[in-house]
Amino acid sequence: MDREIILETRNIKKTFLIAKGKEIPVLEDINLKIYSNEFVSILGQSGAGKSTLLRIIAGLIEPSEGEVLYKGIPLKKTNAKIAVVFQSFALFPWFTVFENVKIGLSQSELSEEEKDEKVLKVIDLVGLDGFEDAYPRELSGGMRQRVGIARALAVEPELLLMDEPFSALDVLTADNLRGDIIDLWKAGKLPVKAIVLVTHNIEEAVSMSSRAIILSHNPGRLKAEIPLELPYPRDKNSRDFKFLLDKIYTALIKSPEELPFLLAAERYQFLPHAKVGAIAGLIELVHDRGGRIDIYALSSELSMEVDDIFPLIEAAVILGFGEIKEGDFILTDKGKMWAEADTLKKKEIFKEAALRNVQLIRQIMQVISNISKHRVSEEFFIDILKNHFTHEEAWNQLETAIDWGRYSELFVYDYDAGELYLEEPETIDM
Amino acid sequence: MKIPVSIPAETFRIRTIDVIVFFIIIGILSFIVYIASTWSEPYERALEIDLNPENIPEYAIQSLARIFFAYLMSLIFSIWYGYTASRSKIHEKIMIPVLDILQSIPVLSFLPGVVLAMIALFPGQRIGLEIACILLIFTGQVWNMTFSFYHSISTIPKEMHEVVKLFKLNKFSKFLRLDLPFSAIGLIWNSMMSVAGGWFFLMACEMFVLEDKDFRLPGIGSYIQTAANAGNIEYVMYGLGTMIFLIILLDLFIWRPLIVWSQRFRLESIPPEDERESFVLNLFTGSLFLRKIGDLLTNFVNKIEKLSYKKFINNENKLLMKISKISGLIFLTFLSLLILWAFTKAIDLVSSVDLNQIITIIKSSFYSLLRVTAAIIIALSWTLPVGVYIGLNPRAAKFLQGIVQIAASVPATAIFPVILLFLIKVGGGLNIGAIFLMLLGTQWYLLFNIIAGASAIPKDLIEISRAYGIKGIKKWKTLILPGIFPYLVTGLITASGGAWNATIVSEYVSFGGDIMKTEGLGALISASSASGDFGMLLISTCFMSAIVVGINRLIWKRLFMLAKTKYVLE
Repeated sequence: MDREIILETRNIKKTFLIAKGKEIPVLEDINLKIYSNEFVSILGQSGAGKSTLLRIIAGLIEPSEGEVLYKGIPLKKTNAKIAVVFQSFALFPWFTVFENVKIGLSQSELSEEEKDEKVLKVIDLVGLDGFEDAYPRELSGGMRQRVGIARALAVEPELLLMDEPFSALDVLTADNLRGDIIDLWKAGKLPVKAIVLVTHNIEEAVSMSSRAIILSHNPGRLKAEIPLELPYPRDKNSRDFKFLLDKIYTALIKSPEELPFLLAAERYQFLPHAKVGAIAGLIELVHDRGGRIDIYALSSELSMEVDDIFPLIEAAVILGFGEIKEGDFILTDKGKMWAEADTLKKKEIFKEAALRNVQLIRQIMQVISNISKHRVSEEFFIDILKNHFTHEEAWNQLETAIDWGRYSELFVYDYDAGELYLEEPETIDM
Repeated sequence: MKIPVSIPAETFRIRTIDVIVFFIIIGILSFIVYIASTWSEPYERALEIDLNPENIPEYAIQSLARIFFAYLMSLIFSIWYGYTASRSKIHEKIMIPVLDILQSIPVLSFLPGVVLAMIALFPGQRIGLEIACILLIFTGQVWNMTFSFYHSISTIPKEMHEVVKLFKLNKFSKFLRLDLPFSAIGLIWNSMMSVAGGWFFLMACEMFVLEDKDFRLPGIGSYIQTAANAGNIEYVMYGLGTMIFLIILLDLFIWRPLIVWSQRFRLESIPPEDERESFVLNLFTGSLFLRKIGDLLTNFVNKIEKLSYKKFINNENKLLMKISKISGLIFLTFLSLLILWAFTKAIDLVSSVDLNQIITIIKSSFYSLLRVTAAIIIALSWTLPVGVYIGLNPRAAKFLQGIVQIAASVPATAIFPVILLFLIKVGGGLNIGAIFLMLLGTQWYLLFNIIAGASAIPKDLIEISRAYGIKGIKKWKTLILPGIFPYLVTGLITASGGAWNATIVSEYVSFGGDIMKTEGLGALISASSASGDFGMLLISTCFMSAIVVGINRLIWKRLFMLAKTKYVLE
């Protein structure tokens, strides 16, 4: 197999401006090589900058530093040889399937007849035969994504980029479409040289691709590269498959050093977006299973994806209710106590854990207790958080803190006024 | 019924840029007024309106033509302005506040300025008057269309833009294939409303009198007014009937088919409205001839699109871009100089106004405020129960909505003469009468929004209220009022703006050679424009603009934000 380098990224860095002169990094030190005949998956938790990286590779956004080389030539704009399939399909609702696919060829020098022929060919290829004149709204989600794929293939790209193409589809449809793509890819029927797939679904990555690239969180860095060299079709129940799944799970979950509360001195603590109710559900389930559970087994038992389950586990770790060892999630004594406690006692334990371990909640309590009327506008905290997070993330952080604070009855939140306040004004020793 | 009205968040923030923009616009307007004050020459050719009903069709066609040209201008302007504003953050930061303030300025107070300026440009010719009339209608209908277009293209999903970039569609293709279809629904809805609003201004400007000068234009509006002046109820009814007939015709043959047709441009995420049918559209699509024309048009557009990809057009010329940049800068400096100059002239004009007059303005503003408030309260008191009833009873809605739509389509200014005839007979003064006149123009905004709101209340909420026996006042407090709140606020914002604008035509009325007036800011504006007191006109207009903008931002802001966060039905 020849190993021609199709695309290369060199020291890519991307920062987003959150306020005047204040930038936060999203991606850092990304050095990647995509070879021909390769199917690469990029994995990471939400917010790891996967989609940003994909858009940089596509030439849709420019990196803050570093460069992208397409076959050795710096890529400045979009390139006709790099096509993208979007999570949201991004179809024109007022065009038929045929017209939607043909849009990709607007720039092409071909004659109308040649264009039409090409369009029909790719429509055939993705299995949309007979639906040429249908409008996207008449199609199911899976069929719509087939249109999206056909549109990308019509330009005969060398590199096909897919941005979570299956995550808007239901489980069965997604499975079916994945299978079809793998079949076409293996049979060499796709007019592409390499595929890059961005996903947060580990099973998807293992079942489809030949290499997994794992990004760390906040900012996104290359954390691990795992070759996936199983023969196709891949058996999901085989030992090798499960071994690879476990390997990626372990690589994806944050190592203790990465968990932000330990870094609180230099960076503001990042609260995973987890509601108390969901954390409690997780802790009780693990407690029922004897206090120790394999993370991959847990996620498949709950049929939850990385994005849903990792925040819960991380929240439990931050609160001191659990820890991670060798890909397993283990309850601490406090976690067990919490699982066994009654409603009132639970609140007690949670309150203590939150005050001890959560920087934002501590800060909120400090401010509210020290202000004479014990009432503070949410905007005040947003302003503090905006120094460390994007605007949207700042609100997410505060929302999580409010959920935790309300549950443990540390403070109350008035939605209409947008204010946090103490129910019974009392000073709290810090 | 669904009214896709959008009020941009910008309406509610006061920033430095707003203040600057406000002064720039006042500067430009001062300029117009100044030109008018210096150039005014007598306009000799007062046109006679022949009351013989045989002439009605001809007059109607002339009025229709005015509305059509004004609409065409509005459409082109909207697309150009919305496009330019969305091009960059800098454009956006300046152009959207400009738009917002422009739409809060009472258009009618510039009628004299525009008319005089145009007559000065085309001395002794009717074309000047015609242009003034079209300009006035244009300024009455353009802003909401512009907002709609701008809003549509700035809400196009990011991925769609990425598709365009990825497949390298050129600007023309992007406009044709993405921007235009994306904004079609909003643009068509707003066009319909704008044209309906256009009739209001048409009536005002076809029959414009300044001091002893008579600037009549032949049209359906002047026909009705002349007939009313002559006290001929029969002819007034002929005129009104013709106009209503025209409005219904437009609705049936243009707007309804367009709205049904535009459903194809809705986004997938939005569920289809109850299948709308248009009898006329079905007829059109059945016609082989019309379909041929449609095909020809499509082919033509496709050819142009293909041509636009030809290299020689596509290659963006650097020199050309430089030239356009420089000429833009020159234009900007020229404009700022002009504004500066206009300001000094405006100060000249204004300096003739003394303190007493300012006190009069403040006092009059207070009276007008009372009247506007009264009009809105009266409007609410009947539209709330009726609107909620129609909205909650689909069967009643089918029947009543048609009637309401026809009633609402008659421009208030067209019925003024009839109401005035009545008022004179009863003997009530214009002090109370003005409220009644303002009511005519504004109640429909409220009614339509309330109907839309009430019909959007989820069925399960209604059922649960019934299950728990929630009735009477309690039902209103827990279900209906919170349910329609966002729609109510939208209606109130539009109604209050409309009511202020209507003060100009309703507090000061010339009728059958006599002038009826009462104390109020609108009367002050009309009187000063009639007597050619341009300093006073300028100050009172600024006053009114400031009041409308101020009320929007200080009062409606809180309500609207509340509506958006707390009372939104998901």
